[in-house]
Amino acid sequence: MAETAPDTSFTNQDFKIIGTRPPRPDGVDKVTGRAKYGADAFAAGQLTALILRSPHAHAKILSIDTKRAEKLKGVKAVVTCEDLPDLTGGNRGMLDILENCMARGRALYDGHAVAAVAAIDAETAKKALKLIKVKYEVLPHVTDVDEAMKKKAPIIQPHIRTTGVDPKPKKASNVAARSQFGHGDIEAGFAAADVIVEESYKTEQTHQGYIEPHACLASVGPDGQGELWVTTQGHFVFRNTCAALLGMEVAKLKVTSSEIGGGFGGKTHVWMEPVALALSRKANRPVKLTMSREEVFRASGPTSSTSIDIKIGATRDGRICAASAELRYQGGAFPGIWGMLGAMTTWACYDLENCQSVAFDVLVNRPKSAAYRAPSAPMAAFAVESTIDLVAAKLGMDPVDFRILNAAKEGTRASYGPTYGPIGIGPTLEAVKNHPHMKAPLGPNQGRGMACGFWFNFGGQTCTDINVGVDGTVSLTVGTMDVGGSRASLSLIAAEELGIPYERVKCNVADTASLGHNDMTEGSRGTFSSGMATIFAARDVVKVLRNRAAAMWEIDVDDVAWEDGQAVAKGIAHSNLSPLSLADIARKSPTTGGPIAGHNETVADGAGVSFASHICDVEVDPETGATKVIRYTVVQDAGKAIHPDYVEGQFQGAAAQGIGWALNEEYIYGEDGRLQNPGFLDYRIPVCSDLPFIDTEILEIPNPGHPYGVRGVGETSIVPPLAAIGNAVSNAAGVRLNHVPMSPPRILKAINAAK
Amino acid sequence: MLEVNVSGVLRDAVNGAASLQVEAATIRELLRKLLERYPRLNDHMETGIAVAIDGVIYRDTWSEPIPQDAEVFLLPRLEGG
Repeated sequence: MAETAPDTSFTNQDFKIIGTRPPRPDGVDKVTGRAKYGADAFAAGQLTALILRSPHAHAKILSIDTKRAEKLKGVKAVVTCEDLPDLTGGNRGMLDILENCMARGRALYDGHAVAAVAAIDAETAKKALKLIKVKYEVLPHVTDVDEAMKKKAPIIQPHIRTTGVDPKPKKASNVAARSQFGHGDIEAGFAAADVIVEESYKTEQTHQGYIEPHACLASVGPDGQGELWVTTQGHFVFRNTCAALLGMEVAKLKVTSSEIGGGFGGKTHVWMEPVALALSRKANRPVKLTMSREEVFRASGPTSSTSIDIKIGATRDGRICAASAELRYQGGAFPGIWGMLGAMTTWACYDLENCQSVAFDVLVNRPKSAAYRAPSAPMAAFAVESTIDLVAAKLGMDPVDFRILNAAKEGTRASYGPTYGPIGIGPTLEAVKNHPHMKAPLGPNQGRGMACGFWFNFGGQTCTDINVGVDGTVSLTVGTMDVGGSRASLSLIAAEELGIPYERVKCNVADTASLGHNDMTEGSRGTFSSGMATIFAARDVVKVLRNRAAAMWEIDVDDVAWEDGQAVAKGIAHSNLSPLSLADIARKSPTTGGPIAGHNETVADGAGVSFASHICDVEVDPETGATKVIRYTVVQDAGKAIHPDYVEGQFQGAAAQGIGWALNEEYIYGEDGRLQNPGFLDYRIPVCSDLPFIDTEILEIPNPGHPYGVRGVGETSIVPPLAAIGNAVSNAAGVRLNHVPMSPPRILKAINAAK
Repeated sequence: MLEVNVSGVLRDAVNGAASLQVEAATIRELLRKLLERYPRLNDHMETGIAVAIDGVIYRDTWSEPIPQDAEVFLLPRLEGG
């Protein structure tokens, strides 16, 4: 009979170590340069690989001639799609991944991989790329989401028929899916409104902007066994995907994740790793493949650009009586779920009787979109939260009070369906209302804005080991990549459960051969899910420790308790027995049963949704349209902050990325469908001098589905900044910007138009 | 008998129904019976289906029991960053 799964309910226990702020275990390595990232992997005899990419936004590939490249001295392998046959067995999603890694008879965007070379050095590989002759038949292209939906738009994927419409279409379309969410009677709701505001918005495509480009080292032997060292948010998922695409057995491909120099969702997908493995298999040598920054922009996974219509109706007493949205998200050249996610999050902050969101997932000739921190929610929130301010103004209400009046609460039916349990949107709004930032004076050309945001969070498959050393130190082995300090948080959890100092725990991220499957570090799940597995693995260790103490004392295990990090013999009969520490028991482990270990494998469902409210002050130069963020405050519900430094770090990082998105960042395509700004000089992410210190306030409304009350914290705070800045710019400059980024030319144009 | 609310994106696979009556004690039984009744749901199984029970979203815990008075939603599977 299967053992009953542990109870994951919130227990409101008292903590000794959780909530403290010790230094992270990877800190010294990272500041001294000793930490190994994707491009630091090295193997004897390794080759250097480069990828030839399409210069066209949309083209038929008539032929690829690799003969001259193959004959070049120093070239050890050249691959095209011929070397990556379709082994997906009709799984269209997997075939899309394969086709995105290497074009199959057609190039679908500027930068689409067409062929790849492995050579003894980069110079030879570069020469070889020039010797590959590709004949294209250039096709009409489309890069704008609204243009792609028009009837006469060039069709990007002829097999696509729009899903979610009845009857199912017979003709191909660039609209891959229509999704609808909501409840109530929208028409009746608007009929009851005293005030209605309708606005349309656009947001441009942005990239996650991680500083470390994609990089890997692949090694496949003639026996079919292979290894991959890679920067990724999920090496177990990469292993499964690469093995399936290359026809390898999962257990024979070992994947080791490097330290990660940022991912934010962009490293949840394979972009080139199957190509590196194919090259290595063909060359029978290890192959190193690293993207340049230009390749990262052109051929990894930025977020969608969008076009959104919002309509909100409210009664004179300040209640929203109807809310509807139509959202159009482009997902690049392959179908995605980005519009659907946008629609699910659109109205999530509010308690609405009548609401509706309809989304269209649209294909364009751009790189395949990927997740970017709370994927799709920031764009929807920009549109909603900007309109909310307009409705409040029309009603003559304070925008914070208007939001508080309409905020979702426990028992509210979420716009995407289920009923909320305990949630934090109301408390974050109250905290904003009472924050000193809201009362601080503003100077000339300055304005203040605020906005709210929501993200689901989730858990997933997780596996964790704990091994106790003979000296009483503890090795904690997890399979979720550490993207933001989770090794410190998980070490705190292990130390808390075992009753030992934090410094006695060392947390490692295992390779795929050393631990059971772990899902990606995405959806703000790292500390939530691996934390849950660590709690139960540690409790498993405690069971062993009690048994060993009983053996040492030669008493019944039922007479042994674990209290404050030591075994205690219960009862007057054992009062002569001094408590045994974990180190005491570990020292004797060779003669009491051998190694002391604990383990847990779980599907960590029960994640708690998360809300944030942000305040922002900006100064807009009326002569140039340039905007400076002069003060910024994040208030977010963390459920329970295990390590507050890294919770605050997530809040600040997400806000910083949102500020860049709001003010500067934008993919710019030319008439020829080619990306014009694939580099950090022309695609400008914020640097320290662009940002004020971002203040944070952590709220702790416990998640009932986690023993410590933890909610994910990594994503939610990228959701409010676009709208918070839009509202602040509006208050500073007297013009409403409905197009992100709110770059100086756009703001100046709006100011001049308003004169 | 459970009342299962079907999220918009999945409705085309269940003949447009907004809610369904299903007798099931766990998520596994619920999904099995729905697939028997609506084979087109299989198209969505590839990308994933999640089940929300009383507000808690379950993506993979198919053994999760479903109380007979629970609020149940069939949702698309989510992705995160």
